[in-house]
Amino acid sequence: MKVIYIMWLRELRRYTRSRAQIVASLGQPLLYLLALGFGLGPIFEKAGQGSYLQFVAPGVIAMSVLFTSVFSGIGLLWDRQFGFLKETLVAPVPRILVMIGRTLGGATVAVIQGILIAVICFIAGLRVHNFALIPLAFCFMGLIAFVFASLGMAIGSILEDMQGFQLVMNFLVLPIFFLSGALFPLVNLPFALKLITRVDPLTYGVDALRGTLTGAGHFSIGFDAFILCILATVFLTTGSYLFSRIQA
Amino acid sequence: MIKVQNLVKKFGDFTAVDSVSFEVKEGEIFAFLGPNGAGKTTTIKMLTTLLRPTGGSLEVDGIDPLLQKNEARKRFGVVFQDPSLDGDLTAYENMELHGIFYHVPYKVRVDRTQMLLQQFELWDRRNDRVKTFSGGMKRRLEIARGLLHTPKIIFLDEPTLGLDPQTRNQLWTHVKHLNETERTTVFLTTHYMDEAERVAHRIAIIDHGHIIALGTPQELKQQTSTDSLESAFLALTGSTIRDEAAGSADQLRQMAKMWSKR
Repeated sequence: MKVIYIMWLRELRRYTRSRAQIVASLGQPLLYLLALGFGLGPIFEKAGQGSYLQFVAPGVIAMSVLFTSVFSGIGLLWDRQFGFLKETLVAPVPRILVMIGRTLGGATVAVIQGILIAVICFIAGLRVHNFALIPLAFCFMGLIAFVFASLGMAIGSILEDMQGFQLVMNFLVLPIFFLSGALFPLVNLPFALKLITRVDPLTYGVDALRGTLTGAGHFSIGFDAFILCILATVFLTTGSYLFSRIQA
Repeated sequence: MIKVQNLVKKFGDFTAVDSVSFEVKEGEIFAFLGPNGAGKTTTIKMLTTLLRPTGGSLEVDGIDPLLQKNEARKRFGVVFQDPSLDGDLTAYENMELHGIFYHVPYKVRVDRTQMLLQQFELWDRRNDRVKTFSGGMKRRLEIARGLLHTPKIIFLDEPTLGLDPQTRNQLWTHVKHLNETERTTVFLTTHYMDEAERVAHRIAIIDHGHIIALGTPQELKQQTSTDSLESAFLALTGSTIRDEAAGSADQLRQMAKMWSKR
C-alpha cells in the first residue's frame, strides 16, 4: 500500500516541479478549442447542429486527459533511460504495486490537467447543462485517465527507445484522438469510419464527458462507464504483465 | 551464500557469460574483476533478477532468484554501475522512496538517512533536486541509498567509478564495517586493483565470459609469480584494450543529450 502511495506521490511531485511542462501541455488543447471551437463554429451552426464550442469542448478535455495519461505511462521510457527504472525493478515489492502506483499517479496528473482545461472551456463559453453531474464528469476523466495511463505503461514496458515513441504517437495516440468523435458527431458516418469510432476506446470517454457536461451523449452514460471499466481492467492486466517481464 | 553453476547469458549470437561457476560464502567479500565487457555487470544483473539467464542455475541465500524473485530481492541491496536515481526528486526523497521500497521502518529510515547523508556529505543538499548534483555527488547519493537498508548480501557494481579518494575511502571503510559487524556478504566489481586487494577476501577474474582465475589476492599473485594484483591481473588477461558495445540505454541517453540542455 505504501509502495503504491510513494509511486503516486513521485508522479505528482514530478508534475508540480515541471511548470514549463504544465504550461506547454495546455497549449495544444487550447489551440484546438480556439481554432476549431471558434473557427468552425459558424459553419457548424449553419448546418443546424448548434454551438460547435459546446460540442467540441468535452472532446478537447478528453484530449488533454488522453495525452497526459499516455505520456505519463510512456514516461517509463525516461525512467529506463535515466536508470531509475532499475531501482524499482530490483526492489523487494511486487511489481504490480509499483505499476499501479505509477498508473494512479499518471492518472491523477491527467485529471488535474483535464480540470484545468475544463475551467478554461467554461471561461471560453462552455455551458454545463446540469451542475449536479459535474462530479460525475470528474469521475469519467479519472476513468479515461486510468485507461490510457495503463495503456501507456503497457507500451512503455515494451518500447526501448525514442524511435518507438514516434511510432506510438503517430499510429496510436493521434488516431485514438482524431477517430474518437471528439471533433465530429457520431451520426451519419460512412460505414468504415463508424466501425472505427466504435472500437476506439476514447469514443466512450468523450461520449461520457459530453453526456455529463452538455447532456448530448450518443450512448448512455451507463454503457460508456461499462465499456471504460472493461478497458481499464484489460489494459491494467496487460500492462502489469508486460511490466513484470521487463529486463534491464 | 551465492551459488552460481554453469551460468550462461547470450545476447543473440554474442555470449556475454559463458558457463561461469563460483560460490561466495556467507560473510565473505568477493571481488569480480575483469576488463570492460568481460561479463561482470551481466552476471550481477542475473543475480539481481534484472536479466533472465540463457542457462545454468543460481542460488542466493538458498533461494532461486529465477523462481522466487521477491524472496531473493529481499535479501540483497545493489549499487549499480550506471545511475539509477530520480533526478526530479530531492536527495532526501530518493532516500525516502528507497526506504519504503525496502520496508525500512519509519524511525530507522529517518535516522539512517540522516546518518548516511551526513557521512557522505550530502546532508546540506538534501532538499535539492538530484539533477542539480555533480557526478560525484550523485554517485555518493547512490551509495548512501544502497546502504540505507541492511541486506544480507550487497552487490556493488563499480561503486567507486568517478569518486575522489576521500569518498572511496569512506565507502570501503563503511563496507568493511558492515561486513565485520553484521556479517554482510559483499559482491563487488571494480577496475581499481588496489581496492580489490585491500578489501576482498577472494577474487575471481573473468574475461570473455569465462572465469580464468579464482583465489585470494595472495594466491593469484603466487599463481602468476607477480608482486601486485595489478600485474597479476594483466598477466592473466593480457594487455589488449576491449571495446564495449553501446547498449540501447546509452544510445537513448545520447539522444536525450541532443534534445535537452540539462
